[in-house]
Amino acid sequence: MKRLFGMTGEEASALAAATAAHLDIVVEALVVAIVIGVPLGILATRSKAAERVVLGLANVFQTIPSLALLGFLLIVFHGQIGKPPARAALVIYALLPIIKNTILGLRSIDRGVTEAAVGMGMTAWQRLMIVELPLAVPIVLGGVRVATVSAVGMATIAAAIGAKGLGSYIFRGVSLSDVRMILLGSIPAALLALACDAALGEVERALDPKQPKHSRIRGSLASIAVCILLGFAAWGWWNDLPQRGGRATIVIGSKDGSEMIVLGHMLADLVEAHTPLKVDRQKFNLGGTLVCYNALKRGGLDVYVEYTGTALTTILKEPPQNDPKAVLERVREGCARDGIDCLDPFGFENTFALLMRREQVEQLGIRKISDLRAHVATIRGGFGPEFMNRPDGFPGLVQAYGLHFEQSPREMDRNLLYQAIAQKSIDLGAGDSTDGRIAVFDLVQLEDDRRYFPPYEAVPLVSAATLRRHPTLRAALNRLAGKIDAATMRRLNHEVDGKHRDPAAVAREFLRDHTLLNVKTTP
Amino acid sequence: MFVFVPEGQRAIGNHNRVHSSTPTDEARNRKILTIPFLSRGPFAIAMSNDSAAGPSAVAWRGVRKAYANGHEALRGVSLEVARGELVALLGTSGSGKTTLLKTVNRLIEPTSGEVIVLGKATRDWDPIALRRSIGYVIQDVGLMPHMTILDNVALVCRLRGVERRARQARARECLALVGLEPSRFESLAPHQLSGGQRQRVGVARALAPEPALVLMDEPFGALDPITRRELQEEFDALRRRIETTVILVTHDIREAARLADRVALLDRGNLVQCGTFDELRDHPASDFVRAFLQETTALGSSDPEDRS
Repeated sequence: MKRLFGMTGEEASALAAATAAHLDIVVEALVVAIVIGVPLGILATRSKAAERVVLGLANVFQTIPSLALLGFLLIVFHGQIGKPPARAALVIYALLPIIKNTILGLRSIDRGVTEAAVGMGMTAWQRLMIVELPLAVPIVLGGVRVATVSAVGMATIAAAIGAKGLGSYIFRGVSLSDVRMILLGSIPAALLALACDAALGEVERALDPKQPKHSRIRGSLASIAVCILLGFAAWGWWNDLPQRGGRATIVIGSKDGSEMIVLGHMLADLVEAHTPLKVDRQKFNLGGTLVCYNALKRGGLDVYVEYTGTALTTILKEPPQNDPKAVLERVREGCARDGIDCLDPFGFENTFALLMRREQVEQLGIRKISDLRAHVATIRGGFGPEFMNRPDGFPGLVQAYGLHFEQSPREMDRNLLYQAIAQKSIDLGAGDSTDGRIAVFDLVQLEDDRRYFPPYEAVPLVSAATLRRHPTLRAALNRLAGKIDAATMRRLNHEVDGKHRDPAAVAREFLRDHTLLNVKTTP
Repeated sequence: MFVFVPEGQRAIGNHNRVHSSTPTDEARNRKILTIPFLSRGPFAIAMSNDSAAGPSAVAWRGVRKAYANGHEALRGVSLEVARGELVALLGTSGSGKTTLLKTVNRLIEPTSGEVIVLGKATRDWDPIALRRSIGYVIQDVGLMPHMTILDNVALVCRLRGVERRARQARARECLALVGLEPSRFESLAPHQLSGGQRQRVGVARALAPEPALVLMDEPFGALDPITRRELQEEFDALRRRIETTVILVTHDIREAARLADRVALLDRGNLVQCGTFDELRDHPASDFVRAFLQETTALGSSDPEDRS
């Protein structure tokens, strides 16, 4: 327990800043949603057709799964990551409750009040401003409250596209299977939701003319709470403003997963040690290849690490190839067209690896995948669902090597495979070639002698414009070229995944051990 | 048509009198319900000064109202209401009395025929200006729940751009006029008042801008018999003093008899008979009039007040 909540001062202030950034994006989104939603709600009460259109659209928006919406918004925002698309997503989700409650609030106004207002000679505008909106405010605020609470939750997902906030703790915690980090993100988020709910609930009650008034103390406490929350949000907003002066900063991002985070820290450390640049590490652990690549294209990121095979198939949308050199060349050409430089590979591949127990491999004399053909009668396979179904997974493997296993393989969770092989539940599985558990369970990767699996070499992608602006950057980033083999990467991953060590510390330790940070020892 | 105008109420035509003293201090020093109405004071509504417009406050001329579904709410009604007169529009529900009333402040537009209000056809009036010139009291009262009693009464003056201090003074005056002591009631919220008190505020609100004409749609219909009786009596005294024209919609023949100078009886969109209550009772124009008065009187004998 002590490890859960014992925080260093630095950690605590980082958490406070993340909470403020979180609240800031929620407040900004709600302000926009109110500015858009209330007029739309008013419009909907003026005509049946408008109501159908407005409510229909708001309902449709509400049903879009959040990740799909974020993905869609990345396209709309041309790959820009961070606050703008995340805020837009929150606005879209906040619209429905606000529009609905505006309509409800306007509709629930007593018929007599409306008739009196018309009869005494109010113009439509006066009716709206003097009578209808003030009377609808408590109900509209109810909608704002619902929207706020769900936006606090939703804003955690925004970390997937690089928005600051508590979500980055949760995502990183999930990637690193670090319970403490997940709690560090989710407990403040839950408290924030409760605080917003309670504070807005009090304001709502205070504004309702029909509710009995509470004691003054309670009212002032609520106003103080609202002010504190808004002040906190303002602090988050201030922190997010682009810093003027000081050292020039570049943004290094990373895809999700501990391997990517460790590599991101390594590149960042190298840049800070060998160039005058400062590195922004806030955009680590982004959700997906295209998020990172489009951000790089747009200038939201300056550097991130990609696998060549993924770049070829996912980014360039070309069929897989087997020759690592050819793939790297194709990726270099393709990226260059987007103004992106593909630097030199680090020296390891993270590809599918067919894994077996060391003792069984030695006993049967198996070294290569083609050696399996002699044992198709006895070997029991087990694969993750993705591998089982991808054409470049199991079906292709069977064809390429002519492996017709007599027992059809078991489909199981990819994360359980390593242990299942070690415990002899299965004999053969497909894992990630750099997964730390290969070493932990003493498994052996069979050689892909026919180069069936496309090469997935890890390589830094850098914005060409950034390289031109900072001539020392290329050399700093290329210091890692050829320095990390698969076994090393496995060990580093295990430090993070297995031993729950801080990825930044693991990265720094590696660089120190290889004297890569030392300015005098040029490689 | 014979227009009955009670003696002494024609004085309302004299509307060019300029009021010079401040209403506030005067009002404060007087007892409730004895304040003279500051007719044609600073809040008075600009009425048509054209004497050629004739003496009538409202004149309906062949007013028809037909709806798209073929229902005919009004089938050619002609009626004149003289300045200073109180005319009750009487009839069963569905007789068209409320529809007729709402053609006056253009809440309903007639299909054909015309309505002359304060010397000008309603279609020539800007509806907003027209409504601000007419007091409107409805059964639901319709007080603004988010405003104090004082702000409610001052609301029409606010719409007309009367400066804050002046309109609040006027609102206090009107509260006193309807028997609500301003110091006790002005800062309360509508939901803190009884039904009868709320309707008093409704009347005060209608009177605040010193309208030349007040429309009342079943104003006392939702009140208990005792309160209703009380308000009817007070209103009767009040309106005689302030010399304003009133058109009152009611289905209660006793209310009509008690308050109205003339009664206009409607049936299925037609004006059946118009005259003083005594005329209708003693010389009914048709069997329907006879039956209507008899039935109501019979009902009234067993349950004299509660007819709502």
